[in-house]
Amino acid sequence: MEETFVAELCERVRDHAARGRALRIRGGGSKEFYGAPGGEAEVLEVGRHAGIVAYEPKELVLTVRSGTALEEVEAALAAERQMLPFEPPHFEGSGTQPRALATIGGAVASGLSGPRRPYAGAVRDFVLGTRIVNGKGEDLAFGGRVIKNVAGYDVSRLMAGALGTLGVITEVSFKVLPRPAAETTLAFELDQAAAIEQANRWAGQPLPLSATAWEDGRLRVRLSGAATAVAAAKAKMGGEEIDAMQYWQDLRDQRLPFFAGDRPLWRLSVPQTTEPFLPEHGQLVEWGGGVRWIRGHPDPLAVRSTAERAGGHATLFRGGDKSIGVFHPLKPALAKIHRRLKLAFDPAGILNPGRMYDF
Amino acid sequence: MDAVAAAPGTRERTLDALRAVRPALAIVADDEGLKPFETDAFIAHRETPMLAVMPESEEQVRAVVRACRRLGVPVVTRGAGTGISGGAIPRSDGVLLVMTRMRAIVSLDPVARTATVEPGVRNLAVSEAAAPAGLFYAPDPSSQSICSIGGNVAENSGGVHCLKYGLTTHNLLAVRTVDADGDVVETGSLALDAPGYDLMALVTGSEGNLGVVTRVCVRLLPLPERTETLLAAFASVRQAAEAVGEIIGAGIVPAALEMMDRIVIEACERSMALGFPRGAEALLLAEVDGGEEEAREALAAVRAILERCGATEVRVAADAVERERLWKSRKGAFTALATILPDFYTIDGTIPRRRLPDILERVYALAAEYGLVVGNVFHAGDGNIHPCIFYDANQPGELERGEELGGRILEACVEAGGTITGEHGVGIEKLRQMCVQFRAPELAAFHDVKGAFDPGGILNPGKAVPTLKRCAEWGGMHVHGGQMPRPDIPRF
Repeated sequence: MEETFVAELCERVRDHAARGRALRIRGGGSKEFYGAPGGEAEVLEVGRHAGIVAYEPKELVLTVRSGTALEEVEAALAAERQMLPFEPPHFEGSGTQPRALATIGGAVASGLSGPRRPYAGAVRDFVLGTRIVNGKGEDLAFGGRVIKNVAGYDVSRLMAGALGTLGVITEVSFKVLPRPAAETTLAFELDQAAAIEQANRWAGQPLPLSATAWEDGRLRVRLSGAATAVAAAKAKMGGEEIDAMQYWQDLRDQRLPFFAGDRPLWRLSVPQTTEPFLPEHGQLVEWGGGVRWIRGHPDPLAVRSTAERAGGHATLFRGGDKSIGVFHPLKPALAKIHRRLKLAFDPAGILNPGRMYDF
Repeated sequence: MDAVAAAPGTRERTLDALRAVRPALAIVADDEGLKPFETDAFIAHRETPMLAVMPESEEQVRAVVRACRRLGVPVVTRGAGTGISGGAIPRSDGVLLVMTRMRAIVSLDPVARTATVEPGVRNLAVSEAAAPAGLFYAPDPSSQSICSIGGNVAENSGGVHCLKYGLTTHNLLAVRTVDADGDVVETGSLALDAPGYDLMALVTGSEGNLGVVTRVCVRLLPLPERTETLLAAFASVRQAAEAVGEIIGAGIVPAALEMMDRIVIEACERSMALGFPRGAEALLLAEVDGGEEEAREALAAVRAILERCGATEVRVAADAVERERLWKSRKGAFTALATILPDFYTIDGTIPRRRLPDILERVYALAAEYGLVVGNVFHAGDGNIHPCIFYDANQPGELERGEELGGRILEACVEAGGTITGEHGVGIEKLRQMCVQFRAPELAAFHDVKGAFDPGGILNPGKAVPTLKRCAEWGGMHVHGGQMPRPDIPRF
């Protein structure tokens, strides 16, 4: 049945390519808000292409169909005391509306990683292989189900964060890791500059850091690892030990008060040691200083140039006027290669056109 | 790869163009000067480049690439020449771009934990420069004292600590390349991500096909507080392989988990007299690291598992000197193997770890079929096997027989759900097996990717990805043709 799904998907993509009619790929819809709106397109539902294909805990390798619910994947891993190390955001919303269920395909296509990212790695770091249907309706498999593999160009990692513009992901293989045996959070009262400096100093020492977040004069640091390692780090670092399990989940899924309301939300990804900027605006700092969330800045160009001067980039993550471009403009040499790649994978330009840039 | 003669006059025209490069460029044009560049470490094959150049700046690299693009002359990039799949073997109709003079550590930021280096910087030099700050660069291919970072990026090099610390691709922040148009392409960034497609993932491991690496920013990690190393002897390869699975299944991610079989053990013993347990069929070398207590705990846990899995002897390194001694057997294994026969050929397949005992049995059976000796020393934790096939180059036909055996072993890896190369790259060595691992549509997609970076096909042509025509000639393709030999086996 699953193979029939892929065969039909190929057929449908070929048909759309022939007629030049755009498709908008949809898993569970939890990340529909993310990226540029794109133009008019028929929705291509892939959420029912679900199920775990293979999972060998001793191999640290998991293969799943793209429509599988993220929570189902995480539950299967948790049962074996393992996890997806990049801690993907679910963004499933809350309240009374029917919940949009995050899928694993969407987690990969969006390329978004959670609080653990600076210390464990990003989505792309744990993708071992992908099976995709490209814009020509071809069913292609790249990478593999083994931890080391350098045969062919690393097209499977390319799919992480490509927002479905190069192919419809139908299957992904991941490297997974054991869950840390112990976890705790320490809190420190520090201003932004001191918090960024401290987070970087600690990251240069053999400490079991697994997340940091600063807001409102308070730095929270999560430690994860062997019980002895966590205890030793706690003794070394000081601070106040707090119960923050819920905090980290709420940070991952942007349910903290900082993220409430509909003022534009900017994500600035900068070198971790970048000194504080745009001080007049409320900020939440994650990733050891590597991500600065800013609410409601009135001048998009100022935000972009600030990020760029620091050696990073700015994304209009939620809300605001998307016509200015959601993602940071690419330099000409990069833009040239992006266009050529898009043309190679999706010559008719029918897969999520305009979701990322103007192609 | 076929030897191709350059069109008449091409050499002179290219030489003129290269002489016009400003600032002036070191050019090697005489036969004697070109001789050292005939091969990389895949020494079975040689070719004299038409010309070689040794740029000292990115500006010169751009000028060389532009000139070659204009003249339609292939460009092969070479770092330290330690690659063992032939990726840097020159072409008689091409220019060899030797990157060893671009060897500055541009900056090292201990607080940001980054080092920005030119491509000719040696792998180990990065860790040496970072050590005073308590940091290191994790990927450690066995050639780390001589291989260069540019080559590591081109090959996506691994090493013995990949299971915990990843390959090159996991330890890069930014890679700057010159593409075939001569444009500077900056992939990645000093931040933890970059806008747009992950082109750094494509460039890493592209074997010089998608650009010439001119600058790399690597991520540095804090040196672990404590490292524990132990060596366990087993009466069978199967038991040792099972112990590997048990360790990982117990939630331990060792920094290294290496295996040696009897042939290698005996060779090491003969040349290094390390006092290994007699009669062992397999040795496991395991390393765990972390905080003081953490490493001690992991050591106790690993030791218990090894003993439970039937290890006949377990030795724990008491200090750094003993640790060095244990590693000497692993790192010196290839040298020791040369005492068996002067010539050997190392291959590089990866399989799902649980298939280790089966694949080793298959390797031994194939070795017997070909009448050749094969020893195994490899990264068991990653399922990355390195069978060493011994041959005597003076015996006519023996090298060819060895290469054929190597190909059969790689095909067995694909059948077992694995891959033809875990860390050495395809180069020219495994072009044929690429036709076994991938079907025509995937190979076509690879050519499309190359086309996006190098529309004229001038960068290292003929390496890494075979043409569909060659696959058809080799008969690799028809094996697939929509029907795989073992359709039940996952293809990726």
